[in-house]
Amino acid sequence: MNLEKVVFGFFIILALTLNFGFFIGEFDNPEHHNVYELFAVIVVNLIATVLKFGDRTQMGALLLATSLVADLQLLVAAVVWGYVLHISGTGLDSMAMGSIVSLAGGAMLANIVSVVLLIIETANLRR
Amino acid sequence: MDKVIFLFLRRMRAPLLVLIAAYSIAVLGMVLIPGVDAEGRPWHMGFFHAFYFVSYMATTIGFGEIPYAFTDAQRGWTLVSIYLSVIAWLYAIGKILTLLQEPAFKRAVVEQAFARSIRRLHEPFYIVCGFGDTGSLLVRALSRRGIRAVVIDRNPDRINDLELEDLDVYVPGLCADASVSAYLTMAGLSSARCRGVVALTDDDEANLKIAITSKLLNRPLPVICRAETRDVQDNMASFGTDHIINPFDTFGDRLGLALHSPGTHLLFQWLTSVPHTPLSEPLYPPHGKWVLCGYGRFGKAVQKSLSSEGVEAVIIEADPQRTGCVGYCVVGRGTEAETLLAAGIADAVGIVAGTDNDANNLSIVMTAKELNPGLFMVARQNRHDNDSIFRAAGLNLVMHRSEIIAEDILAQLTAPLLPMFLQQARAQSNQWANELVSRISAVTGDMVPEVWTLTLNEYEAPALLHTLAEDDVYLGQVMRDLRERDHLLPCLPLMLQRGNETRLIPAEDVALRSGDRLLFCGKAGAMQRMQRALYNGNVLRYLLTGEERPDGWVWRALKARQ
Repeated sequence: MNLEKVVFGFFIILALTLNFGFFIGEFDNPEHHNVYELFAVIVVNLIATVLKFGDRTQMGALLLATSLVADLQLLVAAVVWGYVLHISGTGLDSMAMGSIVSLAGGAMLANIVSVVLLIIETANLRR
Repeated sequence: MDKVIFLFLRRMRAPLLVLIAAYSIAVLGMVLIPGVDAEGRPWHMGFFHAFYFVSYMATTIGFGEIPYAFTDAQRGWTLVSIYLSVIAWLYAIGKILTLLQEPAFKRAVVEQAFARSIRRLHEPFYIVCGFGDTGSLLVRALSRRGIRAVVIDRNPDRINDLELEDLDVYVPGLCADASVSAYLTMAGLSSARCRGVVALTDDDEANLKIAITSKLLNRPLPVICRAETRDVQDNMASFGTDHIINPFDTFGDRLGLALHSPGTHLLFQWLTSVPHTPLSEPLYPPHGKWVLCGYGRFGKAVQKSLSSEGVEAVIIEADPQRTGCVGYCVVGRGTEAETLLAAGIADAVGIVAGTDNDANNLSIVMTAKELNPGLFMVARQNRHDNDSIFRAAGLNLVMHRSEIIAEDILAQLTAPLLPMFLQQARAQSNQWANELVSRISAVTGDMVPEVWTLTLNEYEAPALLHTLAEDDVYLGQVMRDLRERDHLLPCLPLMLQRGNETRLIPAEDVALRSGDRLLFCGKAGAMQRMQRALYNGNVLRYLLTGEERPDGWVWRALKARQ
């Protein structure tokens, strides 16, 4: 067993599960989507991205790309949240919540791709 | 993708993870710890404010308790956050600085910059391996002619010299072992714009390796090598190295030529010197007894050519055992009067100081001059930086190894027909050479002429080919000045090659044909003017007919109306 692989897999799968946890619930209902969960998703995703740095293989490049996509989507979701709450002052209405959740949903797709790639890579290792 | 970016990202993993962890812990703490608002009601800081606060606190840009004054619990957490985040930043910045200082990283950055400058080189170039005396002479001469070169040398000092050198064109240089194929490839060996490889390192083995690598990786590419021993020379020739220069043989050969026919020697000297330097004086080495000090590679080459001219040479050698001249040489260094007298310096006509020590060589010729002031003095100069003392010694002929090699290679690279011309010139009489020399000096004055090859093809003479399809053009017509057609360009045709047939000094009434190759020598600038006429149909028409026809749609229309 390789500790590095465990940590790597842990963060990639944790990113997906947390993302799923935030995404699930009534689509535009702010009560069903916890801000702490979004914070955790962002932090875990950033860590997963950094862990993928510096891998020169084709698979490594693809994994890094999916992570960067997820980061982008989640950061935009966080910015939207901060904007409606503090800058525009419209508050978390159903439209704002809808766009935040759909952005997080996009990030979840990228995270799913990440996990699928990880599984494919592992399956190819016949050991 | 680029090696540098990968190296950077890989090394930045740990510092970035530490930063992310420090930030998220600090932000989360600020959000979770309860505070009070202005009216004293319990209040929780949002992520937006928490991130804002941590951002300016961690980078120590400023400090302020916003939006409401902190409670003691919040202040306690801020204390923890300050130490946490400042340490994380110091660690990250420290890592970045160490990475930038790391030799492996620096090396990767330098290599990448080199590879990029090779990719951006959109003109044909030569790879020059070795930037010592010879390499720097060659690169300087090439850059003066606007020819691009790429330099590889193992010695970092020499690459620094290259960067400080004031060259006319930019010459990228890499500090690396040129005999490693990866570096040759990096220097553009397999590039379509690479025109040739020149191996000039002071190590015969390295030159051999460079030649074989170049021939294997890019077969049609011309490879020119320097070799100083016979077996390496044969080895290089065995796998098709295009040109091998042995400076000792070349010099011995030239000395023999000067003895045999001074005019031909002068012609050789003029056509192969570095352009835009003063022309050398003719040499008349005397026939008679010569004294030869040092019987190494140089001495052997000189002795061979002297004896083939029927000139007697007495050898002085300090170590006859090693150099293989036991029995028929005078033992000694030649720097002292007794040895020179024993060799019969009193009734000799010439002396050759050919040891591998510059100080000894100068001492030999100075001592010999005192014993016999009328001597013809030849000395071998080993180091480039002894130039001034060799010049002051008033020698008749100096064998300067790096100059010989550089001139030979320059002729090979810039005028491919020149070696063939020189070979044929050898077969001509001294009288013929004398006449040609006086014609050259009439055309070019007292500076070394430029020598260039012109091929009548689509690339070099499109306008001329166009005219040739309809009309005859004579050699004398293209040698006219485009500013005033009654004036001749200051140049002289040396040779015309048509198929397998060659003609020395073609006359002006020779009709040109497509595919002809011509060798010219002339003043600086004559080549550029001739090329302009061969490129531009209007200029060529003026040269041929004296008619200046207007060009452009409007002018043509006006002209047609007249």
